[in-house]
Amino acid sequence: MFGDNIDTDVIVPGRYMKYSIEEIAQHCFEPVAAHFAKEVKRGDIVVGGRNFGAGSSREQAPAALKQLGVAALIAESFAGLFYRNSLNLGLPAVVCKDAKRICDGDRLEIDFDQGVVATPREKLSFEPIPPHLMQMVRDGGLLPHLEKRLKCRTTS
Amino acid sequence: MTLAQKLVARAAGRGSVTPGEIVTCKVDLAMMHDSGGPRRVKPMLERLGAKVWDPSKVVVITDHYVPTYDDESRKIIRLAREWVREAGIDNFYDEQGICHVVLPERGHLRPGMFAVGGDSHSPTGGAFAAYMFGVGATEMLGVLVTGEIWLKVPHTIVMDFDGALERGVSAKDVMLFLIGRFGMDGGEYQAVEYRGPAIRSLSMQERMTLCNMTAELGGQTGLIASDEITEEFLKIPVERWQSDAEAPVLAHHRFNASDLAPQVAAPHSPANSKAASEFQDVKPSVAYIGACTGAKLADLRMAASVLKGRKAKMRLMVAPASARDVKAAEEEGTLAVLRDAGAEFLGLGCGICAGYGGNVLGENVVAISTTARNFKGRMGAPSSQVFLASPYTVAATAVAGRICDPRELLH
Repeated sequence: MFGDNIDTDVIVPGRYMKYSIEEIAQHCFEPVAAHFAKEVKRGDIVVGGRNFGAGSSREQAPAALKQLGVAALIAESFAGLFYRNSLNLGLPAVVCKDAKRICDGDRLEIDFDQGVVATPREKLSFEPIPPHLMQMVRDGGLLPHLEKRLKCRTTS
Repeated sequence: MTLAQKLVARAAGRGSVTPGEIVTCKVDLAMMHDSGGPRRVKPMLERLGAKVWDPSKVVVITDHYVPTYDDESRKIIRLAREWVREAGIDNFYDEQGICHVVLPERGHLRPGMFAVGGDSHSPTGGAFAAYMFGVGATEMLGVLVTGEIWLKVPHTIVMDFDGALERGVSAKDVMLFLIGRFGMDGGEYQAVEYRGPAIRSLSMQERMTLCNMTAELGGQTGLIASDEITEEFLKIPVERWQSDAEAPVLAHHRFNASDLAPQVAAPHSPANSKAASEFQDVKPSVAYIGACTGAKLADLRMAASVLKGRKAKMRLMVAPASARDVKAAEEEGTLAVLRDAGAEFLGLGCGICAGYGGNVLGENVVAISTTARNFKGRMGAPSSQVFLASPYTVAATAVAGRICDPRELLH
């Protein structure tokens, strides 16, 4: 769980940008939560407040989260550029105005088609990701999505 | 329609578009730099076996890892140089300055265009009445392969400034004020349009600063209608692109520019802004003039107007934004004024701004900077503290030894 205006310099500091994504991921959230990379587990969901992912266009921010096994992001709102980057990398980003009702450690279930986040206490609704974008997310992101499209074009 | 709608409609090949609908736009120009560009898109293009859709519409500019300083940065720059040759991209500017400043100065932007840039400060291009916004490397790959990109047609938020900025107050102060007032998501990822007599009278580079920091205001792009000042800068006749007077907008905020005082944003957010005079107890040890936001020719001139005949009482570093601006500043004597004040010059490029280069701020350093972002750890050690201000205010602070309202020295 993170607060408002978590920026991409905090998610992945600029001085590591010259390295590989595996290396960058080890420094994820370093300025504010130095143990994040060690503690995060595959399938974890990162929850933020308003304007999550503000700042730089570096897509190593969502890429590092994906690299560490983060399965989805939920926030009250995302910075537009970060939101596009997340979906393009196949990391679903859910805009849920009730994100702050989620507690640290909650086991969550997300129904992307219905637009429902189920916490142990209640069901929170959200505007589903538009179908054409969700298809890209399910394909694993824009690159595999384009790969599929180009393959279709050559075989047809 | 608003200016934003008109630009998007043209790119989508439509007579009109409505805010909120999703459209596919043809891209007139795609700009990349060395960090998010060739080194990221080359392997993806190879995986797809695809080529760049139209190399004449692509511009590559090295700025993040120049001057090179270690093996990694040398490798990144070498790859950029090799890739532009392979891909047949002639529009390549190597160590000529920061992409957002070099792009328009070399005549690549014209009013009416629809453009993407592989950097979050790409809204800078909106100063030329072009719809320009930032994308990540994978989305850039999509553009390079297809020549198209999807867009949710934006609403327009109007920032309307009557009056005129006082001497010593600049576009940077306008933006720090707006970000403080509306927050880093005040732009709601919509189009922010700057209007009014105070905006019309600004030079192109000052207009670029407004649109540049629309990124920190959370807009997708920042736009300004084209006029005779646009034409004079581009040195070619340009089409007039502007909003229809009756076009509905999401919000229309009106201000009087004459009331605005120089602003300073405290660590660690550009939204922590207040009048510079409220920070006069802060004593930085570094004054930094750099970045696309704050080291263009117009910015260097602002700093020089304060520094003329004075000496900096702290470390004053200048990383100019473009080679052409350096040449002009040298010829007119602006650089000599900075040098005489004790400034040390860094190479052409993004410098310390994003912490990518060889120089970064050390532990517990307090700095005042003309850059756009003071996020924790961005410019160096997480314990460093960065105050954001205009070139006037940074120069005045360097001279005074404490944060200083530049009007104290200019009047």
